Amino acid sequence: MARNHKSSILVVDDEFVVRDSLTKWFRQDGYRTEAAQDASCALRMMGQGPWDVILLDIKMPGMSGLDLQKRLREIDHSATIIMITAFASVESAVQALKEGAFDYVTKPVDPDHLSHLIQNALQQKHLSDENVRLREHLTNLISPDELIGDSPPMRKVVELAKTVAQTDTTVMIRGESGTGKELIARTIHVNSNRQYFPIVPVNCGAVPESLLESELFGHEKGSFTGAQYKRKGKFEMADGGTIFLDEIGTISPKMQVQLLRVIEGRQFTRVGGNDQIKSDFRVICATNRDLEAAVKGGAFREDLYYRLNVFSISIPPLRERRSDVPLLTQHFIKKYSTAMNKPVTEMDPTALDLLVKYPWPGNVRELENVIERAMVLANPPSIKPDDLPFQLGQSHSVPANDTLDAIERMHVETILHRTGWNITRAADILDIDRVTLYNKIAKYGLKKP
Amino acid sequence: MVVPIAPAPLEHLGGVLKHLGERFRLPVRLVMDHGIDPAPAYDASRNQYYSSFLLAALLATFSHHQGKILAITGNDLFVPVLTYVFGEAQLDGAVALVSSFRLDERFYGMPENKMLFEQRLIKEAVHELGHTFGLIHCRRFDCVMHSSTAVEEIDVKSENFCPECEGQLQSLALAKV
Repeated sequence: MARNHKSSILVVDDEFVVRDSLTKWFRQDGYRTEAAQDASCALRMMGQGPWDVILLDIKMPGMSGLDLQKRLREIDHSATIIMITAFASVESAVQALKEGAFDYVTKPVDPDHLSHLIQNALQQKHLSDENVRLREHLTNLISPDELIGDSPPMRKVVELAKTVAQTDTTVMIRGESGTGKELIARTIHVNSNRQYFPIVPVNCGAVPESLLESELFGHEKGSFTGAQYKRKGKFEMADGGTIFLDEIGTISPKMQVQLLRVIEGRQFTRVGGNDQIKSDFRVICATNRDLEAAVKGGAFREDLYYRLNVFSISIPPLRERRSDVPLLTQHFIKKYSTAMNKPVTEMDPTALDLLVKYPWPGNVRELENVIERAMVLANPPSIKPDDLPFQLGQSHSVPANDTLDAIERMHVETILHRTGWNITRAADILDIDRVTLYNKIAKYGLKKP
Repeated sequence: MVVPIAPAPLEHLGGVLKHLGERFRLPVRLVMDHGIDPAPAYDASRNQYYSSFLLAALLATFSHHQGKILAITGNDLFVPVLTYVFGEAQLDGAVALVSSFRLDERFYGMPENKMLFEQRLIKEAVHELGHTFGLIHCRRFDCVMHSSTAVEEIDVKSENFCPECEGQLQSLALAKV
């Protein structure tokens, strides 16, 4: 550790001989060392920092070392503080340790012990600094897909997300299907203090009611037929992190009661189990339904609604921020150009005009699907109007002579085609549940190509 | 200049002087009659001598001396915040002090070993004088400027400067000239 010119040590002690001997001692080791005789001097010296290690006398006239430790930490939270104490004040040293001091030494200190202590403190400091650097690097790596959109409404959404991220507040994200609610949830998570723990998404609408309880709370072995092994639930997996409850408006009244209980108590039991399991999670939920109407109609519990709707973020549909379409289009072209290794780099102006005018009932997700499909068909270097799905190029007027069933059939077929027969996505866009969609597929005799 | 302060390990001073002359390539002389009394540096509660006090006395006594001054004593030394020190020096200054008290194997309950004792004394003398030339502690375990807070560490290192410290010593010494 000697001759490490980057390491710095601040000695704070009211006794001249202690300051003098320690500064000399550390300077011979090559450390940048300065001394302060009292608290006010030490606080001034913090301006010359940052100091890697601060040796702090517990008993000083005026502000005590313990009080000064708190002030120093306010200035530099990462400072490694070692308390110096006389034998009589070991209790104070213990108190200092409880408040975050790295260690303490009693005067006079064995030089060998002091030497090793400083080396350990510096090593820890360097590891801690390195950890911070790596975390920053990691933050960049785990950032969600970029939120694309420069329109004022989207800028407002991103601003709200980043603001609420710093708190532990429960967030309700509202928006039509395909607007990017999960992306906003992930943005909140990675900008929060919980970012190094998982964000656990649960699509409440996609899990059958009978399995949702097990999915959320886990189950013990043998708790029901087929439960051959113990399984942790999503709430348990989200310990330290965030649970993202998507399509919260679809859960049953029974599940609403259970959810309310676990959100209030942060503890639950696995299905078939007796042990209370504690979990420290943040709740972010999302819905595309009118929950207020559901509360009024009695379909959604009012107490759960207020528990979840603490901070609400509404994502505008794409048709209300058409100025973002070109930006999003370019983003998806770039994304799929790389993924497909295809040199398609731009959108023909006529094709782009069609995209901007289209109402986008499936929002950004639909736009992405359209671009992905067009990228497959397009001849480099640009996407032409012919590469777009047929319905984009047509007027959306409804044929005057068609029956309601015929129109519904056509629309369901169109959406299924557009989503590649992804039932969940298609049901989302049509704003019906999956069972209803299956019924309509059967009713109209639709077949997957 | 080497200044023994009573009780000094006189029988080993010859070897120390010879080595210092070779190591620093400078004339070395022994000054016995200096009148420095260690008694005021004595701390009865610790039964030790305050090394910084002795360094101050050396500076006052030899204020007109142009070269480096190394005092050697058999007293146990301390600085207030530490339980003991093997020696103390002014970094890039004029004076240094070495204690032989804890270099003696008998201090650790072992049989006397005069050769080892002298080797340790030489190493500490070179080390503290190295500080007066502006050298700081070296990371190389075998360099004489490596920090030693236990006698075993003194035994591990050599009597010599590593090439890096040797080079620094030359450039620092030349800069003074």
